[in-house]
Amino acid sequence: MSRALTFHIGAIIVLAALQFILPVYHSGNLARIMVLAVYAMGYNVMFGYAGLLSLGHAMFFAVGMYGAGLSVRLFDMAAAPAFGTGIIASILFSLGVGLLALRTIGVAFMIVTLMFSQAIYLLILYFNPLTRGDEGFVIPRAVRQVAGFDLSDPTTRYFAALLLFAICLLGMVWLVRSRTGRVLIAIRENEERARMLGYDTWAHKLFAVVLSGTMSGAAGAAYGLLFGSIGASFAEVPFSILPLLYVLLGGPGTVIGPFVGTVFMFYLRDISSSFTDAHMLVAGVALVLLTMYARRGIMGVVRERWAKWLP
Amino acid sequence: MAAVTTLLSTRGLSRHFGGLRAVENVDFDLPEGEIRALIGPNGAGKTTFVSMLCGRIPPSSGQIIFGGRDVTALPAHKRVQMGIAYTFQITSVFSALSVRENVELAVQRIYRASPAALRDESDALLGRVGLEGRSDQIAGDLAYGHQRLLEIAMGLGQNPRLLILDEPTQGLSDGEVQSFIRLIHEVARETTVLLIEHNIDVVMALAQKITVMNFGAIIAEGTPEEIRANEAVQAAYLGG
Repeated sequence: MSRALTFHIGAIIVLAALQFILPVYHSGNLARIMVLAVYAMGYNVMFGYAGLLSLGHAMFFAVGMYGAGLSVRLFDMAAAPAFGTGIIASILFSLGVGLLALRTIGVAFMIVTLMFSQAIYLLILYFNPLTRGDEGFVIPRAVRQVAGFDLSDPTTRYFAALLLFAICLLGMVWLVRSRTGRVLIAIRENEERARMLGYDTWAHKLFAVVLSGTMSGAAGAAYGLLFGSIGASFAEVPFSILPLLYVLLGGPGTVIGPFVGTVFMFYLRDISSSFTDAHMLVAGVALVLLTMYARRGIMGVVRERWAKWLP
Repeated sequence: MAAVTTLLSTRGLSRHFGGLRAVENVDFDLPEGEIRALIGPNGAGKTTFVSMLCGRIPPSSGQIIFGGRDVTALPAHKRVQMGIAYTFQITSVFSALSVRENVELAVQRIYRASPAALRDESDALLGRVGLEGRSDQIAGDLAYGHQRLLEIAMGLGQNPRLLILDEPTQGLSDGEVQSFIRLIHEVARETTVLLIEHNIDVVMALAQKITVMNFGAIIAEGTPEEIRANEAVQAAYLGG
């Protein structure tokens, strides 16, 4: 087994053990962090590996979340098929976004993703009778059951989040060392060169958008089903910026980086809000310091200095 | 005498940038197995011409036939997959990746093998162009001449039918130029080579035939001796 695989499996085992060690408050946080980290990992596929900067990733999260949530609310689906519906909705939606948005590049691509995301947000508000708009809705505890497991139970919820996180993490380890993953990196580094090596760069970028959107959508669906609350705030612009911050802090183009960035941001906010209201200011200062002194993010620096093998 | 097949030809190939006729109505034939040099003064349209061949620039009009197939409408990556490899005039390697990763990216498309075999193949190629022992360096840290050699290794790694080299010896030392000439002689046993080159010694040492362009058109074509004696060519270079 390679060092990279050992390291990431080790990380999953440590996370599993933490559930039994950490106080309830922190293990509850960690469950939420793992789901948000999946959102950030999805973001990282596009931004960190394929070099595509999206400013509208909340749309993918929201499509997954509402895909699952509305299946429960409107069609009385059980949790497992609702999760599946959320994933299918995410695949189809990200395919559509990719086909349209990839006709643009650079700044135009950023604007297009931002606008699409805003359209999703406004659609959620517009269809207020179905979505209950700003207020959102709750998925009742009775529905949040899968094969006899109660997803609202903190321990079960923790392991459900860990399962999703582990699948995505190991999937990423495999992907970035596969031929496709290496072509994505090549596109990020020099798209024209990749094209002139005979790679269909457009098709690879479309794949990156679909995979990224689907992972982020899976995070949205899981968030709704695990924590029970669904609302339009998850489709708003600030929620699109969050995964960018997580990935920038943790290390773009590293597999574990998005998780590290999510932990960092989550606790930065948690700790600073206990002594000041201006917790976003603290986050901003941290980000400024990081971009000044560690532009590659936490895990990017670790890789550069100590662990060149880190994928 | 065995009939020589034509690997690549163009008919009426033109490219206009606004009012500028960068390439105008070019008919060109390249037989399989030949080393052909494409020369001409700066701005003669050489790079524009080969960029149309490999699909980086769409032609304004005309036709490109490669391996008996009309490829004019094919996107660049499809042409590369058919066997046209292009090395950039302005060095264009993946500068943040290692030298080995650069070559692996070129090799992995055609060479479906285990990571270890891919690695060995890439290191062997780097040895062939004279970059042995540099596999783990970051490509962007290489000296300019070595980046040129890396470009050539990436071209060879695709095992092309046609290798287009755009000013490959620019920035190489004299010793490196000599090894480059040896390398291309060796490569030409399996591959057709189209070479844009300013170094006339390299052209004379390598080319079986020379095509001369000026103002977007072909003004002469022939063996090195014929070209040396050609008055139109002398006029183009001397501005007479």
